Amino acid sequence: MRHTLFVRATHWIHTAGFVALAVSGVAILLAHPRLYWGETGSVGTGSLLDLPLPFVLVGQSGWGRYLHFLSAWVCVINGSLYAVFGLSTRHFGQNMAQNYNVLQRLTYLVVVFALFPLMLWTGFAMSPALTSVFPALVTILGGQQSARTIHFFAAGALMLFLLVHITMVYRTGFAKHLRAMTTGHVASGKERA
Amino acid sequence: MSRVLSRRRLITAGFGVAGVSGLAAANRIASRYGLIPPDHGGIYGIGETLTYASQRILMSHHSLAREFNRSQISNVFPVNGDPPQNPAYQRLLRQGFASWRLVVDGLVSNPLSISMAELKRYPSRTQITHQACEEGWSFIAEWTGVPLSHILNLARVLPQGRYVVFFPFDESWDSLDMLEAWHPQTLLAYAMNGQELPTPHGAPLRLRVPRQLGYKSVKYLSRITVTDTLKNIGKGLGSVSPEWGYSWYAGI
Repeated sequence: MRHTLFVRATHWIHTAGFVALAVSGVAILLAHPRLYWGETGSVGTGSLLDLPLPFVLVGQSGWGRYLHFLSAWVCVINGSLYAVFGLSTRHFGQNMAQNYNVLQRLTYLVVVFALFPLMLWTGFAMSPALTSVFPALVTILGGQQSARTIHFFAAGALMLFLLVHITMVYRTGFAKHLRAMTTGHVASGKERA
Repeated sequence: MSRVLSRRRLITAGFGVAGVSGLAAANRIASRYGLIPPDHGGIYGIGETLTYASQRILMSHHSLAREFNRSQISNVFPVNGDPPQNPAYQRLLRQGFASWRLVVDGLVSNPLSISMAELKRYPSRTQITHQACEEGWSFIAEWTGVPLSHILNLARVLPQGRYVVFFPFDESWDSLDMLEAWHPQTLLAYAMNGQELPTPHGAPLRLRVPRQLGYKSVKYLSRITVTDTLKNIGKGLGSVSPEWGYSWYAGI
C-alpha cells in the first residue's frame, strides 16, 4: 500500500517537531535534573528521583523553552491535522488493519491517542496561567511537580517508541521504507515497520 | 499527469494566497487586541506569539491562580541570585530602608513617591501561592502586600498606558501587560510567611505575579513606570529576560 501525500508530509513535519522537542526538553531538564512528587520540590527537599545528570545552568533552558514551545505548536497543529485526516479517511481503521499486526496497531494507537495527549496535558498542567483557568488540569495529577515527573516519563516512553520504530524500519529495509515515506514509492515486500 | 500537476499547483497557489491574507488579517487583529508579545521577532517569535495570544484570550476574565492552605507552605524557599551590590541599595539596606521610596511615574496623571509606612497603610492582600522557577523547582509561600491595581488607581493611569515597567536596584527590569498588572493577585509584596520580606527574597518590596514563572516577580523594587510602548527601554524586548535568552511572557 502506498503512503498518501498527507501521511508522508505530516510524518516528516512531526519528525522535525519531535526531534526539536526532545533536544529542547533535555536542555530544559538539565537546568534541574531532579524529579519530585506533589506540588513542590527543590534542592533541600526530598526527591522522587535524582537523575544521574549534571545541573547545567548556562542559559540553555532559555533557548530550550523558546524552541520547546515553537516545536510543540508545530506538533500540535500537525498532529491535529493528522488525527482529523486519519479519522475522516479511516486511515486508523482500514489502512492500519491491512498492513500492521495487532501489537503494532495497539502501539501506534497508544502513541497517537494516549502518549501525545498526555504530553500536552502534563505540559499544560505545569503552566500557572492555564491552571488558573482550569485548576483540575493539575489537581487531578496530584500537583505541579507530579505533572513535571509524568511529563518526563511519558517523554521517555515516546523515546522508547521512537527507538523501536527506527529499529524495525532498519530491520525490514531502511532505504525501502525511507523512500516509501518520502516519495510514496510502493515497496514490493510485505513487511512494514 | 500534467492535469494533475496543474490542479495541484492551482490548489497550492490558492492555499498560499489564502494563507498570506489570513496571516495579514490575523496580525492586524492580534496587534489591535494586544496579543503580540514584545519579543515576537525571529523564528521563536512565532511560537511565543501563538502561546501568548491564546493564553491572553483564555485568561481575559482574570482567572485566579490556585491558592493553598497554611499547612501546604513549604519548608525550603530557595532563591537565585544575590541582592544588589550597588552602594545605593547597600546604604538603604544598612539603614533598614528608612529612606526608601517607591516612585510611580510615566503615563499617569498623579505621579507618586511612596514610603514603606504609607504602603503598609493601604488595603493589603495575603495569598498562599505556588512559585515555580523556570529551572524546574518550586515552593509554596504566603505573601502579603498591596495589590498593584490599588497603586495604579492612586496614580490614575492614562488611557494610552499599555504596559507597566518595573525597575529594581539591579539590572533585572521587567514589564507586565495591563491584563496582568490589574489582576487582583498581582501584588507589591512587603511580607513573606508573616515576616518582613527577607533580603534575598527582594527586600524591601517585590512584585508577585502568581500566574507566571518566578522570574517575572521582580525583586528589590525602586520605580514603576507606565508606558504605551516598550520599544525605547533596553533593547525594546519588554524586559531584560529576552536579552538574556528567556521569554518575556512566562505564563508557560
